[in-house]
Amino acid sequence: MARIIVVTSGKGGVGKTTTSAAIAMGLAKKGHKTAVIDFDVGLRNLDLIMGCERRVVYDFVNVINGEATLNQALIRDKNCNLLYILPASQTRDKDALSQEGVGKILDELKKDFKYIVCDSPAGIEKGAHLAMYFADDAFIVTNPEVSSVRDSDRMLGILSSKSRRAEQNEEPIREYLLLSRYSPDRVKLGEMLSVDDVQEILSLHLLGVIPESKSVLNASNSGTPVILDEKSDAGQAYADIVARYLGEDKPHRFIDEKKGLFGKFFGSK
Amino acid sequence: MSLLDYFRTSKASSASLAKERLQILVAHERSSRNQPSYLPQLQKELLEVIRKYINVEQDAISVNFEQNDTQETLELNIVLPEHQTKTS
Repeated sequence: MARIIVVTSGKGGVGKTTTSAAIAMGLAKKGHKTAVIDFDVGLRNLDLIMGCERRVVYDFVNVINGEATLNQALIRDKNCNLLYILPASQTRDKDALSQEGVGKILDELKKDFKYIVCDSPAGIEKGAHLAMYFADDAFIVTNPEVSSVRDSDRMLGILSSKSRRAEQNEEPIREYLLLSRYSPDRVKLGEMLSVDDVQEILSLHLLGVIPESKSVLNASNSGTPVILDEKSDAGQAYADIVARYLGEDKPHRFIDEKKGLFGKFFGSK
Repeated sequence: MSLLDYFRTSKASSASLAKERLQILVAHERSSRNQPSYLPQLQKELLEVIRKYINVEQDAISVNFEQNDTQETLELNIVLPEHQTKTS
């Protein structure tokens, strides 16, 4: 059975697209045929993060409007042949996405793909609503920072009342916390909310912590999902997250600061 | 980081302040999330009716909606002014 995962947060800039690209690549690398969809109509960026921006011919809205077939619009990833990207449209028409149209496309994708990752736009407008509406699982990307935590809680409220599963009284969406841009050093100094703090406030199952890392910018600069940078801490964190999601038992990492005085002088990249 | 900072850490850290603020805020927002959407309008209209007869303050009325497994309760609390109005 195919599963639809929404990557959402409410707040912008917390790492939704980075996360969508990384986990979609991770799932595909594990041998599961995966599609990743950009729901940010008007401000598409997933194509850039995935490094396929020059191969976009047709987009999500073209398929909904019947101007292209799904197969024409899906872009096969250059690093992994089990991964496909459906880019967002750059149209400024806010109503380009319809619930019916999105539902149809997801139904069609479900026949062929094991996982469908929906990269939600920020906010709680139509695009964000449609990205989460059909979801089976939700990855809540949160930064250890007050506005992000608050917005995540708001998204949880929306997931539990406005999603298809909620409306049809089905088993609720499974919600997972991904805490990103985490700095164990700052937590130690009392300058940043800890994993435990955020979990206590949101009462969510923790799927993983992604440390603040230079490798994330390096990855987006070059258009390769950070999970492919297997030496980087963020890449490893995402690999762990994918493994945990698939049911593997991986102890949590990157929660405690890794370096003593020695490490500070001979620090990692 | 200066040596002085080490002595200052006994003061409440900014992270614990953040946690405290969030806990209060999130609890408040969650409780209002489960309320029926008509509640603010109901409160406004009730207040209008009451003010026809009694001169109460805008904030003299509180409407609480509570839900448990078996029942839903709507609790209405109106604080009357100390000197009752004589309009009858």
